[in-house]
Amino acid sequence: MSPSSKKLEVIADPAKPTIVTRRTFDAPRTLVFDAWTKPELMKRWLGPRALEMVLCEVDLRVGGGYRYVHRAPDGQEFGFHGTYREIARPDRLVSTFVFELFPDAEAVDTLELEERDGKTTVTTTTVHTTMQARDGHLAAGMELGMEEGYARLDELLPQMKRAA
Amino acid sequence: MTTAAAPRISADDLDATFAALADRTRRAMIAKLARGEATVLELGEPHDMSQPAISKHLKVLERAGLITRSRDAQRRPCRLEPRRLKLVADWVLSYREFWEQSYSRLDEVLQELQGQPKEKTKEKSHVTVIKKARSHRRSR
Repeated sequence: MSPSSKKLEVIADPAKPTIVTRRTFDAPRTLVFDAWTKPELMKRWLGPRALEMVLCEVDLRVGGGYRYVHRAPDGQEFGFHGTYREIARPDRLVSTFVFELFPDAEAVDTLELEERDGKTTVTTTTVHTTMQARDGHLAAGMELGMEEGYARLDELLPQMKRAA
Repeated sequence: MTTAAAPRISADDLDATFAALADRTRRAMIAKLARGEATVLELGEPHDMSQPAISKHLKVLERAGLITRSRDAQRRPCRLEPRRLKLVADWVLSYREFWEQSYSRLDEVLQELQGQPKEKTKEKSHVTVIKKARSHRRSR
């Protein structure tokens, strides 16, 4: 798979409190869907490497919920939770999303999976209640994401893949 | 959530900037100013709008830190402040990095699940089913 097809698109509409991301994975969508909903898999990828996911609970039923907690190297913990609203494996998953630092700002996440030639294009749409909530979410992601030296990670990645 | 690498743009500033950009007339003005400074008249030209309406748009852009207006001459040309636009772009970029890193980890997990599943037999049986489905589709 060429690197360009794995390019991540991020669209933050200036006029609407939404964030859309799109990315293609070299795997069938059933697998990708499971990576999104099975705690043992979520723990292995969701969040930057510097953060350890110390808790992940999933009750994959409409009306059921999930909660996960990231721990930063300085010991600070960040919790997230939500409720599943629509589960259509492997096409679509709709859930609420709450970043527990901002408990009043509930967003709605929609995950859509399209498969073609064994590759899956994932589109996530996050709809926040207000622009401010959306901006807070983006800003938080920014701070977490910036804690690591990405250049160093780029060098490490191929080695880690070989070792795996 | 504060870190040494905290953003250099406050939530209030972001609000003002996004609100200012959430209007096609103002975005057109930004686009025009990206090509060089312009007067209020020049900026209003392509828009079917009254002079006060144009001035109001420019005030919004000015308050959001996106443009400055020189005080000296009568012309009072407007100028783009690229620094603020860059802050907004950087901030979106960092969100991107958060997900790029997550997704790069997901690539590895998916690769392992399909290729060489390790000791996790639970996942292995699941992967077999998927691989069968996949080869079936390919044969069609």
